Amino acid sequence: MASIQIANARKSYGAVDVLHGIDLDISDGEFIVLVGPSGCGKSTLLRMIAGLEDITSGDISIAGTVVNELQPKDRDIAMVFQSYALYPHMSVAENMSYALTLRKTAREKIADAISGVAEILGLTALLERRPKALSGGQRQRVAMGRAIVRKPQAFLFDEPLSNLDARLREQMRTEIRKLHRRLGATSVYVTHDQIEAMTMADRIVAMHDGIIQQVGSPVEIYDRPANIFVASFIGSPAMNFLEGSYEQVGENSAGIRLTDGALVPVLPARDAQHNQPVTLGARPEHITIVSDGENGLPAKVELIEPMGLSTLVHVTLAGKPIKIFTMDRPAYAVDSFIHIAFDMAKVHVFDSASEKRLPPASEPHGDHAGQ
Amino acid sequence: MTLTGQTSTRKWLYWGSHYLMIAAFVIFALFPLYWLLKVSVTPNDILYTEGVRMWPSRTTWENYTFVLTQSNFPHYFLNSVIVAGTTAIVTTLVAALTGYAFSRFAFRGKVIIVALMLITQMFPLVMLIAPIFKILAPLGLTDSLTGLIIVYTAFNVPFATFLMQSFFDGIPKDLEEAAMIDGNTRFEAFRAIILPLTLPGVAATLGFVFTAAWSELLFALMLVSSESASTFPVGLLSFVSKFSVDFGQMMAAGVLALIPACLFFLLIQRYLVQGLTAGAVKG
Ligand SMILES: Nc1ncnc2c1ncn2[C@@H]1O[C@H](COP(=O)(O)OP(=O)(O)O)[C@@H](O)[C@H]1O
Ligand SMILES: [Mg+2]
Repeated sequence: MASIQIANARKSYGAVDVLHGIDLDISDGEFIVLVGPSGCGKSTLLRMIAGLEDITSGDISIAGTVVNELQPKDRDIAMVFQSYALYPHMSVAENMSYALTLRKTAREKIADAISGVAEILGLTALLERRPKALSGGQRQRVAMGRAIVRKPQAFLFDEPLSNLDARLREQMRTEIRKLHRRLGATSVYVTHDQIEAMTMADRIVAMHDGIIQQVGSPVEIYDRPANIFVASFIGSPAMNFLEGSYEQVGENSAGIRLTDGALVPVLPARDAQHNQPVTLGARPEHITIVSDGENGLPAKVELIEPMGLSTLVHVTLAGKPIKIFTMDRPAYAVDSFIHIAFDMAKVHVFDSASEKRLPPASEPHGDHAGQ
Repeated sequence: MTLTGQTSTRKWLYWGSHYLMIAAFVIFALFPLYWLLKVSVTPNDILYTEGVRMWPSRTTWENYTFVLTQSNFPHYFLNSVIVAGTTAIVTTLVAALTGYAFSRFAFRGKVIIVALMLITQMFPLVMLIAPIFKILAPLGLTDSLTGLIIVYTAFNVPFATFLMQSFFDGIPKDLEEAAMIDGNTRFEAFRAIILPLTLPGVAATLGFVFTAAWSELLFALMLVSSESASTFPVGLLSFVSKFSVDFGQMMAAGVLALIPACLFFLLIQRYLVQGLTAGAVKG
């Protein structure tokens, strides 16, 4: 097991810059999830760690050694590919033992390792099969097994679950987490699925356009997103955003004046000026439907989406679509007007120009905002 | 008539016309071969006297015995095996390495190399005979099997390369990357993982180049003048004398010349069929 350091790593394809100076310290045994929309450079970064892509500039170290010039085979890492990349002409057992055979491991040792891992992953009955004769989920397990038998310094995963159906994906998520707890191996896991990031990560690295937007624990990223990108990318259903301007109402109270003139009270923000253009960010679960008469804002119901446990209510407020998460069964109809209120302690204020979050003055100073 | 009766008649018509068309095509394609066989077993004395018949009234093996025992044909045959076999192997080896590079690497000048290789395919071979003769003569490579092998290899490499490239393109990059992470160098990954998966492609390329070299006449005729270095297509012409054409013997030699090509395809057909269906089973 080992730590991984990435220092000011850049990647360009010709004139196109794909990664703009990535700095990241991954501790020994940590499970890191790189998350971001498709094309943001996650795979490129992972492949640079693996040695499958050259590093344009900067350094990558594994276990304290700079590996920039090392071939993939000399980095002692294992990788699980999105396509699984199982060798089609080899049996499951041969696929899993390939790396050990290349390392000239003794035959009995290989057999022990294979049967041990096959046991863990439930592959014992499939060892003699070719990949072609396996289901998607089974292939995924073989790909995992092939990585595990090697006991490498670190595991790299590139969207390993995205070819599975929803139920299997959910199941493998927990299994991979359990495996990680059991093996304690340093892992870097790439996904575009924020739910995978939230459920699996020790720390999430949120990326956008080749730049790290924020690094933090899932809860930290969810509760204190560094900017509008992270706030909108993490969380499903997604956070609602409303444009407005910041108003200092008194010494200890503030609000955001929406475009339709309504004032939404917020906690006074540190570093926010009176009349500064800001964006209000509110997660669907931080908006409540209130009975008439309370000081809620009138909103028109557009759509009611029952989700079993809860209901998602789509409304329009100040001309903008807003989603509200409620555990109550709705007693109102589409096209009717309801009153909604924002949870003052939970909503976020973002500077509209820089898109950075303006934390409330009451929040302790901290470095959780990433860069 | 019931609905199922109707559909089964339709199905029958559908498949019937299918097979009818395939049969028509096969007959059309194989008829010259049939004629070759027919003439080769027709005795000389009735070849011209019987008129056009589907099968002669008498058959004989004498054309074959003559070709095998009295003519230079076995020698030409051996020359052809050497030339076509070596050309096929060398070309496929070069094409596999080049095709892999084209498929996997981005490098400076790649476009230019591809364009040059395409250009070589655009000239009629007749145009190139004189310059090639001029190049080979001082090197002592005219009138030699080695010279023929070099020329054939040079002419077949571009197409064979594109063929091999398309087979490599069909194999996911992830596979050799996984192998490289598992502990292979790139070349080891190529040899241990990619090449076994490209065997159908290798077989197709070998077969294609072998038949091309086996039946080549123009260069074989122009670059070789001695009997000892002649290949069998040139040998076939020796059955044409100033005053007559010995059709029976020529056809017998032709039938014999088909044998190695048939054997070759019989050997590789397992891989060829795999190659043709590879797309269907991937995933
Ligand atoms: N070989 C390449 N040549 C040029 N651009 C590339 C190459 N590989 C990837 N890119 C570009 O790099 C960016 C990041 O790609 P990638 O790391 O695969 O994104 P992700 O995995 O986050 O979806 C994309 O915009 C992609 O177009
Ligand atoms: Mg990717």
